[in-house]
Amino acid sequence: MPDPLSQVFAALADPTRRDIVARLCAGDATVGELAAPYDVSLQAVSKHLKVLEGAGLVTRGRDAQRRPVHLEAEVFDLMTKWIERYRREAEMRYQRLDAVLAEMNDHHHADPTDATGRPARSEQGETA
Amino acid sequence: MTTTTTADGTTTIEAPNELPVIRMTREFAATPAQLFRAHTEPELFVRWTGPDGYEVTVDQWDPRTGGSYRYLVGTGDDQNAFRGCFHTVREDRLVQTFTWEGVPDGVALDTITFEEIEPGRTRVATLSLVESFEIRDMILSSGMEVGVNDGYARLDAMLAAGDV
Repeated sequence: MPDPLSQVFAALADPTRRDIVARLCAGDATVGELAAPYDVSLQAVSKHLKVLEGAGLVTRGRDAQRRPVHLEAEVFDLMTKWIERYRREAEMRYQRLDAVLAEMNDHHHADPTDATGRPARSEQGETA
Repeated sequence: MTTTTTADGTTTIEAPNELPVIRMTREFAATPAQLFRAHTEPELFVRWTGPDGYEVTVDQWDPRTGGSYRYLVGTGDDQNAFRGCFHTVREDRLVQTFTWEGVPDGVALDTITFEEIEPGRTRVATLSLVESFEIRDMILSSGMEVGVNDGYARLDAMLAAGDV
């Protein structure tokens, strides 16, 4: 049995399901409304929704007639957090690059070997 | 998945719904030539790449079109190796493959461009193309494995509660 996180990734690996999720960000919708833009059957859309439901990404309303599909926003808050974390890691890397570049400027007229080969990792941590 | 542009730093990141790519941009107070050097000279590269606090050691480095590289991040048991080819090496553009040897069949195609937006100010854009959305999202969430933060704790709680 796949772990829950893998189920989320697998569910979102399909472009139609990603699109359905994107549209549900705007609000709940019925299966018929979700199926309208696609050249596929209601059954095919229902199948996609079952996968999303299985991964905990969407739930179905209680209303017996419409059973609107609802996006579980909490899961997406989490994904936004992951992306933000990834971005912050990149930003930290780039702040170290800022320090390297600043030093290259300082040593602009010096022998290039002066500006390199410094094991300045701890110093960079303070400047970053 | 989603697109984020955040104000606290200047790095922007984008993970569009249509393609399994990660786009990042960042501006630097430097010339394109300096950024090119910082990406291609190993002594400079090891000083800023990799996660914070990890030592980076270059094992092999041949930054020519058609050349290749391999470097190690961390030490001892906590060491990861990365390798790839320099497909295009040009002052304004680097195209390279990128593989973490922990998943030897996985490969990203990275395109890095250096665009001078005004004298002494350069925008670095990185486009990383991977083989599937699933892998892209795993890469984006990979920080979860190494750290403890609010998101991680919250995920634990959600998993425990059967919410995911």
